[in-house]
Amino acid sequence: MRWIVAAVLFGFACAAAAEAGQIKTAAGSVYLERSGKRLPASVGMPVEQSDTLVTGADGTAGITFTDNSLLSVGPNSVLEIQKYVFDTTTHAGQFDASLKKGTLAVISGKMVKQSPEAMRVRTPSSIMGVRGTEFVVKVD
Amino acid sequence: MAALAAVALLALVYWVAKPPNESVTVLPSAIDGHVGAVVVTRGDKQRVLDKAYATTRNGDAVLIMNPAQVDEAFAATLQALPSAPTVFTLYFVTGTDELTDESKGELPKIFAELKHRPVPDVQVIGHTDSVGEYRANDQLSAQRAETVKGFLVGIGIAAERIQTAGRGEREQIVPTADNTDEPLNRRVEINVR
Repeated sequence: MRWIVAAVLFGFACAAAAEAGQIKTAAGSVYLERSGKRLPASVGMPVEQSDTLVTGADGTAGITFTDNSLLSVGPNSVLEIQKYVFDTTTHAGQFDASLKKGTLAVISGKMVKQSPEAMRVRTPSSIMGVRGTEFVVKVD
Repeated sequence: MAALAAVALLALVYWVAKPPNESVTVLPSAIDGHVGAVVVTRGDKQRVLDKAYATTRNGDAVLIMNPAQVDEAFAATLQALPSAPTVFTLYFVTGTDELTDESKGELPKIFAELKHRPVPDVQVIGHTDSVGEYRANDQLSAQRAETVKGFLVGIGIAAERIQTAGRGEREQIVPTADNTDEPLNRRVEINVR
């Protein structure tokens, strides 16, 4: 019994650190902030829940998430992936992102198709419920 | 004099603490023109953006922006969007891992599309029709997937970025009885992200 509990807990731990997406485009200065560290971001790098994507004055970057959501940021942007959970079998999930500043483009994925507003994007003063497809956001 | 100083101080505080300007614009899908919807909530105000280029700025009433203006303001951002995930399907000669002539003809187009992606994640899934023994079809479907993986490695995609699986005759596109020759079921799906 104890082993089962341990195995289940281990499973959860693995799921928590699972890859949410991957950086697919990166130009100029792009960083990922993870656990207080600032990592130079490059194409192919995994993105996890709680990561913050930061671009400099010449930076742009795009991420493909495991539910096929696509997000990109323009120069001078700060985007935090606050929460990302996706069940590849049921397509249920939750996606919370927060644009602190800069520009963001979003094409929503399978999660939103399965359940509208499973994806939410925050800005300093607003919250957006995403019912589908494509939109852009600017905070300046 | 004191009043003037107070006004100046207030102006300074406002300038420092001024909330950022925020705008949200819904775009038509670049692929099929479909327009979705975004619900923007700011304090007790709620705006529904459900038309192409519908925009709210700081929670104000919805207006329709000029497309050229939006495309220009977000050019660098939109340019950075990754390619949309996609699926290609190839078909096979019965009982073999050899592509049909038509699918052979499709390969250059598929390869060209794959080369646009700097670091593709690829899942290659093989299938068979229901002719032949169940277990043998498991093997054949896996062999078909491996053959296609070989093509992809051949055009320079790293082998470790390609996963393969054989699903045998379990996932028919055209549902058939057992031992039915069905060309559409003899296939490999290439899922690219």
